Amino acid sequence: MRSPDLLRHAWTVAAKDLVVEFRARTGILSAVVFVVLVLMVFNFGRDPTAVSNLVLAPSILWVTFTFAAILALNRAFQLELENQALDGLLLSPISRSSIYLGKLLANLLFVAVVEAVGVPLVALFFNVDMWLHITPLALIIALATIGFVAVGTLFSAMTVRTRFAELLLPVVLLPFMILPLAWATLATTHVFAGRPLSEVGDWLKMLAVYDLVFVVLALLLFPFTVNE
Amino acid sequence: MRMLRVGRWITAIGLLLLAGVYVRALAYTPVERLQGLAQKIYYLHVPAAIWAETAMILVGVASIGYLFLKDPRLDRFAHASAEVGTVFAIILLTTGPIWAKPIWGTWWTWDARLTLSLFLFLLYVGYLLLRGAIVDPGSRARFSAVLGICGMVLVPFIHLSVYLFRTLHPMPIILKPSPPSLPPSMLATWLFSVGVFTLLYVGFVVQRYALGYLGERLEAAGEGGGHA
Repeated sequence: MRSPDLLRHAWTVAAKDLVVEFRARTGILSAVVFVVLVLMVFNFGRDPTAVSNLVLAPSILWVTFTFAAILALNRAFQLELENQALDGLLLSPISRSSIYLGKLLANLLFVAVVEAVGVPLVALFFNVDMWLHITPLALIIALATIGFVAVGTLFSAMTVRTRFAELLLPVVLLPFMILPLAWATLATTHVFAGRPLSEVGDWLKMLAVYDLVFVVLALLLFPFTVNE
Repeated sequence: MRMLRVGRWITAIGLLLLAGVYVRALAYTPVERLQGLAQKIYYLHVPAAIWAETAMILVGVASIGYLFLKDPRLDRFAHASAEVGTVFAIILLTTGPIWAKPIWGTWWTWDARLTLSLFLFLLYVGYLLLRGAIVDPGSRARFSAVLGICGMVLVPFIHLSVYLFRTLHPMPIILKPSPPSLPPSMLATWLFSVGVFTLLYVGFVVQRYALGYLGERLEAAGEGGGHA
């Protein structure tokens, strides 16, 4: 299959998911409310006189994103289970790779929206000046998110068809999320402390390699998760 | 079944030789000057670590083979290797704190290497849980192969990451680019122990493989002849 077709079909699949999401709006609204609630819960677990907000903010930001992303990923293939929609998708004359790419794109956009809401909320609740560091922060968030959403999209295609799907996805996925998460948290800590981006070059490189490796791997492995 | 018996014999010989490792480590190997007797655990800890990681890589290799050849034997081996890897990861995670308590003064710290060993263990647990959650043998084999390959790819990331983080954990003194910085008698004991752990891995895997085969036959017989 020619590559323009691959991308065009991927976009069709993504657009379908996004239209469903946009019309119902339950998923995205729940995810946003969930982020607000998690941030409120964090408020109980800290002592502002002992640890400064600036030290805690990166961890709070990334733990919140982790939970929100898992919630979002569970949803991606759940949609397709009703009325055997997945069979319809598989029967359509597009390659398995485009289905994966489409799902990945839709998930990335979904998670990006949640993160775009999360960042200003963390800035607001924990009094961190994020605007100052917005470009490096956006780069770190993008790099980390691509990596774990790529793995998560692949895994959710498998876990939705098991027992205990909602519970199994985080158990299987978290060991894969922890590494990019740890790198991203360290990089974010550096950036918030006003250090130049060049100091966290190693972490960013690791994130980029992780993204590349797992997007390619997921593209190759995805067909095996849907073929009967 | 012959295979099960062979596995039992290999394991029995391995366990006997393991006693030999203890005797050699305690009576015929010099005591380390700074760490004293606590260093003796090194002869168990490092071989266990090597096999905990290698077992995951073998799971991945068998999984790749399975996806291409669809040979159930490869899936059975991957399952066996994952279970045995879990056991070695548990040995790794129990011998570590026993050493850490007298040397570091604490059972556990969130040091990069410790955290990542814990993740290796959780990776195995996730793999085994995914297997347990799928009823259909065909999907079970395919899904766990996909997860196994991703796990194998994650291992080098875990390994590399350890070098990037500042860590308390002693750096490798044998498996490093320069020659081992260890007295010959310690090296000999250590190599002996690696050999014993290899034998134990083989013994355990052969037994688990045979049990897996018997389990599958029982399952098939149950389906054919009413309730099992």
